[in-house]
Amino acid sequence: MEIKKGIGVSPGVVICQAVVLDAEEYRIPERHISADRAGEEAERLEYALTGAREELTELRDNTAKRLGKETGAIFDFHLALLGDEALLEKVRDKIKTESVTAEFAVATVLREYAKEFLQMPEYLAERVKDVYDVEKRILRRLIGESREGLGHLTEDVVVLAHDLTPSQTASMDRKHILGLAIDAGGRTSHTAIVARALGIPAVVGLNDVSVSVNAGDIVIIDGNRGLVIIEPDEATIEENRQFLRRQVEFTRELDRLRDLPAITMDGHEITLLGNIEFPSEAENVLARGGQGVGLYRTEFLYLEKETEPTEEDHYEAYCKVIEAMDGRPVCIRTLDLGADKYTQAHLLIQERNPFLGLRSIRFCFQHLQLFKTQLRAILRASMKGEVSVMFPLITTVMELRQAKMILRDVMEDLEEEGVEVRTDVPVGMMMEVPSAALQCNQFAQEVDFFSIGTNDLIQYTLAVDRTNERVAPLFTAANPAVLRLIKEVIRAGQRYDVGVSLCGEMGSDPKYILLLLGMGLRTFSVAPPSVPELKKVIRSITIEHARRVARHVATLNIDKQIVSYLRNQIREVMPEAY
Amino acid sequence: MSKHEVEITLINKHGLHARPATQFVQLANKYESKIEVIKNDLVVDGKSVTSMLTLGAEKGTLLRIRADGQDADKAIGKLSGLIKDKFGEE
Repeated sequence: MEIKKGIGVSPGVVICQAVVLDAEEYRIPERHISADRAGEEAERLEYALTGAREELTELRDNTAKRLGKETGAIFDFHLALLGDEALLEKVRDKIKTESVTAEFAVATVLREYAKEFLQMPEYLAERVKDVYDVEKRILRRLIGESREGLGHLTEDVVVLAHDLTPSQTASMDRKHILGLAIDAGGRTSHTAIVARALGIPAVVGLNDVSVSVNAGDIVIIDGNRGLVIIEPDEATIEENRQFLRRQVEFTRELDRLRDLPAITMDGHEITLLGNIEFPSEAENVLARGGQGVGLYRTEFLYLEKETEPTEEDHYEAYCKVIEAMDGRPVCIRTLDLGADKYTQAHLLIQERNPFLGLRSIRFCFQHLQLFKTQLRAILRASMKGEVSVMFPLITTVMELRQAKMILRDVMEDLEEEGVEVRTDVPVGMMMEVPSAALQCNQFAQEVDFFSIGTNDLIQYTLAVDRTNERVAPLFTAANPAVLRLIKEVIRAGQRYDVGVSLCGEMGSDPKYILLLLGMGLRTFSVAPPSVPELKKVIRSITIEHARRVARHVATLNIDKQIVSYLRNQIREVMPEAY
Repeated sequence: MSKHEVEITLINKHGLHARPATQFVQLANKYESKIEVIKNDLVVDGKSVTSMLTLGAEKGTLLRIRADGQDADKAIGKLSGLIKDKFGEE
């Protein structure tokens, strides 16, 4: 049994067998085998080698036919590697003496060679690529179906990885994945958001969990305490099972809240919306008692496939959500990609500081066709229900005006084409950059609503990269400067009668509910699984109490004081929240 | 059983890089004899491409090729021919 401590980012506990992904996104096979399986592994190796040789011979002959013998000869070197007895003996020997899988032995031995070649004269260092190529070819044979990653699973698993990319999580088989644990990341990393959206436990910031676990190991992921327990003993498993049974009870109780209104004890009605990323989650919003979609993140449309989504791809996805919501509001946020593969692939130069770079709305302005395609789909879909559109990362007034102008252009284009659109689609913006929050009175006169994105607002206000575990503790919504910006935005909304919602992680943390209500916030948009708990808090408090809390917090200067005060306040009304 | 040995200098442009080494090994594997290639006191298996590459033999290197087995004579002849022929490079 081994216990790893990380950051719990999505609540819940799961006991399940593990699949492991390495840093290069390949699924790592089991490492150790029992000694009596060595023969079996040796056979698998020979079988894979034969297959790889056949594949290469064919490849060489075809290449020679198409591009000439000289080019085909490149694969002769690969074939020579596959037939190199000195090398193969090392692999066979490793399997036998160290009781490891064929995959592990192949990878280790070939990487040793690669390292050696790197130290050789230049023309040999170049051959390292060939060694990796051969390694992959053998591994593909050995690993076979598991190379398909997380798309087709046949049994329940938890995923342990160095990190997960948005495209990996998008292609995940969500039926069978019951928990996530990764080496990298902080509270608001991509993995955390996805896990909360899916309602499965997740722990991040574990440093080296992906190399400590073997595929097939039984693992407990405890998202409440931020623990990963590898190969737990019987007593630990039993303890966690008991906890799970109590948890089921608590969830049932929250489910009973589903059809009750989100109303405070002194009669103030609060609007609870859901944040979604996949159209399939729309139903989950309703199942948990949400009253609409407050934030529909559209990034996954771009990450799911290798090619850019078409207008129809957008349109279909939006219609699915709108239909599922059946007349309830749906707020679609335009593309908000930043420091990730998709946008980086479109850039000619790698950015040194992507979070301050060409991301989100800025990226859209420079890729107008892509932006307009999405806006066309949103406007067309707006005929089907209560749609609003929201622009992310607005930093200056001019940017907002530019975005609105492009929206109007698209609207006119559609009208000219005879396509019916709603011309009164509400337009809003994310409040997530300090400069925008400081200018909120001006912005309030130019939009229909604000949505406070606390994750980015905190990151940009406090100059903290939330995914860098070394500075992650500095990242907190309780910082007085952050709170002041939030309060200003809420006030501007009241002053100019502009709707204000909060869609960041802060809104699903029970300790902040009293404070936010006290500041005047009346609309929350959170991950669907968080809706019942949020409702329970709201139903247990009074606005009068909330106002008192907000007034007291305004007198405090240190985030830690604020956190501990807020915790005490919420504990009084809802002890089980902590 | 016979043992044959020959000394020969690499004269092709880049010495024993991947392609010549592959050609050498492909040819060597056609013979039953054990084949060893020696550079200074470094002795490697002439039938293993990775071993050959680790010689790091560049143009002008003096190599000794040693064959031990029934077809040793023939093997030495063909292998030294390949080197003299600059591995078919221009």
